[in-house]
Amino acid sequence: MTAATLIEIRKLSKVFSGANGAQFHVLSDIDLRVAEGDFVALLGPSGSGKSTLLRIMAGLIQPTTGQVLYRGRAFSGTNPGVSMVFQSFALFPWLTVLENVELGLQYASITRVEKREKAIAAIDMIGLDGFEGAYPKELSGGMRQRVGIGRALVMEPDILLMDEPFSALDVLTAENLKRDILELWQMGKIPTKAIVLVTHGIEEAVYMADRALVLSRDPARIVNNMPIPLPHWRDRKSEPFTRLVDELYSILTQLKDARSIVAETSAPATRKMTIIPDVAPGAVTGFIELVDDLGGRVDLYKIGESLAFDLEDLLPIVETCRIFEFATVSSGDFDLTPIGRELADATVLERKTIFREQSLRYVPFMERILWVLQSKRNGQMPREFFLEILQKNLGREEADAQLDTLISWGRYAELFAYDEDSKLLYLEEAETNDATPE
Amino acid sequence: MNRLFLHIRTKHRIGWPDILVTIIIIGALYAILDMGRGMVAPLSSTNQPAIHLNPVYLPYYAGQSLLRMFIAYALSLAFSLVYGRIAAYHKFAERIMIPALDILQSVPVLGFLSITVTAFLALFPGNLFGAECACIFAIFTSQAWNMTFSFYHSLTTMPSDLKEAADIYRLRPWERFVKLEVPFSMIGLVWNSMMSFGGAWFFLAASESITVLHKNIQLPGIGSYMFKAYLEGNVPAMLYSIATMIIVIVTVDQFVWRPIVAWSQKFKLDVNNSENGPTSWFLQLLRRSEWVQAVLRATFQPLGKLPERLKTAATEQPVRRPKRVLRIPRRASWIILALVVLFGLRYTAGAVHQVLQLGWAQILNAFQLGFYTFLRVIAATALGALWAVPVGVVIGLNSRLSRIAQPIVQVAASFPANMVFPFVTMLYVAWHFGLNIGSVPLMMLGTQWYILFNVIAGAMAIPSGLREAASILRLRSLAWWKTLILPAIFPNLITGMITASGGAWNASIVAEVTRWKSHTLSASGLGAYIVHATTDGNWSQITLGIAVMSIFVVIINRILWHPLYRLTETKYHLD
Repeated sequence: MTAATLIEIRKLSKVFSGANGAQFHVLSDIDLRVAEGDFVALLGPSGSGKSTLLRIMAGLIQPTTGQVLYRGRAFSGTNPGVSMVFQSFALFPWLTVLENVELGLQYASITRVEKREKAIAAIDMIGLDGFEGAYPKELSGGMRQRVGIGRALVMEPDILLMDEPFSALDVLTAENLKRDILELWQMGKIPTKAIVLVTHGIEEAVYMADRALVLSRDPARIVNNMPIPLPHWRDRKSEPFTRLVDELYSILTQLKDARSIVAETSAPATRKMTIIPDVAPGAVTGFIELVDDLGGRVDLYKIGESLAFDLEDLLPIVETCRIFEFATVSSGDFDLTPIGRELADATVLERKTIFREQSLRYVPFMERILWVLQSKRNGQMPREFFLEILQKNLGREEADAQLDTLISWGRYAELFAYDEDSKLLYLEEAETNDATPE
Repeated sequence: MNRLFLHIRTKHRIGWPDILVTIIIIGALYAILDMGRGMVAPLSSTNQPAIHLNPVYLPYYAGQSLLRMFIAYALSLAFSLVYGRIAAYHKFAERIMIPALDILQSVPVLGFLSITVTAFLALFPGNLFGAECACIFAIFTSQAWNMTFSFYHSLTTMPSDLKEAADIYRLRPWERFVKLEVPFSMIGLVWNSMMSFGGAWFFLAASESITVLHKNIQLPGIGSYMFKAYLEGNVPAMLYSIATMIIVIVTVDQFVWRPIVAWSQKFKLDVNNSENGPTSWFLQLLRRSEWVQAVLRATFQPLGKLPERLKTAATEQPVRRPKRVLRIPRRASWIILALVVLFGLRYTAGAVHQVLQLGWAQILNAFQLGFYTFLRVIAATALGALWAVPVGVVIGLNSRLSRIAQPIVQVAASFPANMVFPFVTMLYVAWHFGLNIGSVPLMMLGTQWYILFNVIAGAMAIPSGLREAASILRLRSLAWWKTLILPAIFPNLITGMITASGGAWNASIVAEVTRWKSHTLSASGLGAYIVHATTDGNWSQITLGIAVMSIFVVIINRILWHPLYRLTETKYHLD
């Protein structure tokens, strides 16, 4: 017998329209099913639309096309069967812990006294005994998130949605909270029938969830639906555990290929863009040096763990190394290329030369910036000019961020310079002739 | 950002500085009046420039008005920097200077105008320069206090690591001022400058043309143009002046304040401000213009080197705390204070004597009139909040709508409402509608925008997490307002209402007596009382009127607004 379906999503897509009419595909072709007893983790690179998907399940955001069903029925507005835990806690600062938790019982058809009793019971359950009268600002981050969880649980939802609930907490506090939630869930101390967790921690997903859904980006599709059939409590050092983590790592680091295929099929007219992740040059060279010291080849999951980096930190660096062909990545292994090894041993000036060559070779837009600047007589061009070109392919905000990244790389490689006050990109040589801003 | 009552850090009890300061201020105000009275110079009506209603003169008048505004602003800025710095660094002075500001803030600028006009006219008899000074002074008083509080507040909340760094690098007082104190205070100072400048248009429009001793003094300017237009009932001219006013406000906003606000963003302390701050197309233009950059370099580089030139050979002196601005020996301080207090007492006694001559019946009557005006102020503020809260929340929660609405509301808030009073008066005259209630809408015309502006800002700043949580918790209608919206916008609402009620007290002086052609409408209230006293040149009544109004404002601030404001800083603070 299969468990009852709680949430079903069919053929869902989400398009945000930005300024100047640019359409930005966030989610595409999503089909998924959350059944009773499920603990699902949503994984994906940052900006992939995990949180958007979660909010669509909650009814906070309306999908562009497709359907969201709760127990087989469509709903309007907020999904009646869910409650949510927020990354930012989202506590009302003017209400005490008790009042915040009682908000979850606002419309329950029970007496005032019963509401109070239930709220106090929920506060006890999440270990905040004695803090009923405290205001959120008097509590530590971990305790605040406990209030957030208590407020969600007191509603006795069928489905508990959690949006990166631990990422604002320090490691120990997060660990503690994860265990407590797992205990409530595993021991059946709460009537919650399913949990959906958005996270960027692979290990966190494998530790807590029974199924991992991996999203690609631009737009996000579900590229993998991997069961995590390990019994609780899971041992992070055990072989099956690390194997699953490795596997997920390699799926996530392979996403780039999936993405460019998607880009080509969905929008053949648009020029293919190479997007540089938002990382500092120093982070890349530092990482490459480290890998070089370790023999030029590492297991991504292991190095992530030993550096206490999670996916959010590591993926952009890895992807940048791939774009510039400093390294190759296959099944969770990171291999330096000859040019990567050369970079590791180079002096500061030599590094700039390498970056200059590699970025002109592999980042078409960088070449284009340089070409535009060189063809102008005064060697300068406003930032908006490039921004508008980028906006044709990316959303407004992403174009802005991407241009910032391109500028920081261009400056580092000494391809061109940039003046923040006048928002002008200019060629360094031109400075001596004209009196360009310092 | 636009913070009020910046000086309230702890629970403030009325202590001896307050009493001393009250005496000094009353004394000083009365002293000006007393000196002015003896020397009232006859201003012949022949040497007054006539105001022409031909619209070709409007650019000239607008320029004249604008010049007054900028002169007054420059004076306010200089005053803020000097006063704020002394108050922040001189513990002894601080105890007098800060309460003094608080009380000065409560004195209705327009009530004070008649006194300053006479005093300045006496100083420069026979020409308009005195009236010019009085007008500029009125604008100055409407700007300076707020800006001074902002600068003082920045100086007192400066992080100690910055101060320590300044000590380590042995910055001399001037360098410290230019490189640390002013830059650190820049954001607040610029913001307050913009708001104060916007608010000052009202005082400009009211003070360019004033009737003292049954004599009308008119300065060439847009306010006088308007005044003359409605005395003649010339509707097209009235519309011209309104249009000119709007153009001037928008132009100043685009060419002066937007660029300065955008420029000041570089003084932000938090380095990781990736989100889009205020921008200005004009500033971009200036920054890209080679010759502007060259001129700026030529101007500011020598100025930047000034401290080096002033530097003596004492560079090698050991690290020590730089001297305070003014190191006055303690005994000298006491002597100065005693002299000031004596001076204050002397003139306070004079003022009290004058007022007492009016008899207790008059004094009680003034308080009664003050109470009527108080009711109007409360009504205007409450009615303003009543419509501005729902409208502001709807606008603020819709990002597209608020992008369009916010600049419009800001212009509306800057627009001197007294320029549209004649239109409303025209309707009142036609409908035989009295000013006793009719002055409330007039007050609202000028003040409600502050509430709307602040509510929009408050609603925009509600964190999306809280809004989503409210959805998830299924908070609807009443619960949604009570749990989420009202508490979240409460600090902004209070800020807006404080500004609005302060504005309404000032507005009472122009809203309780209005004219349309030969009709004069008058309400029974303290504002009208002051206007009549000014027209008659009855100094005792003017003194009484201003004193009563200041007392009302101070008391209401202390028992109503201060506690509410403190609540917003603690319980309703969103972080």
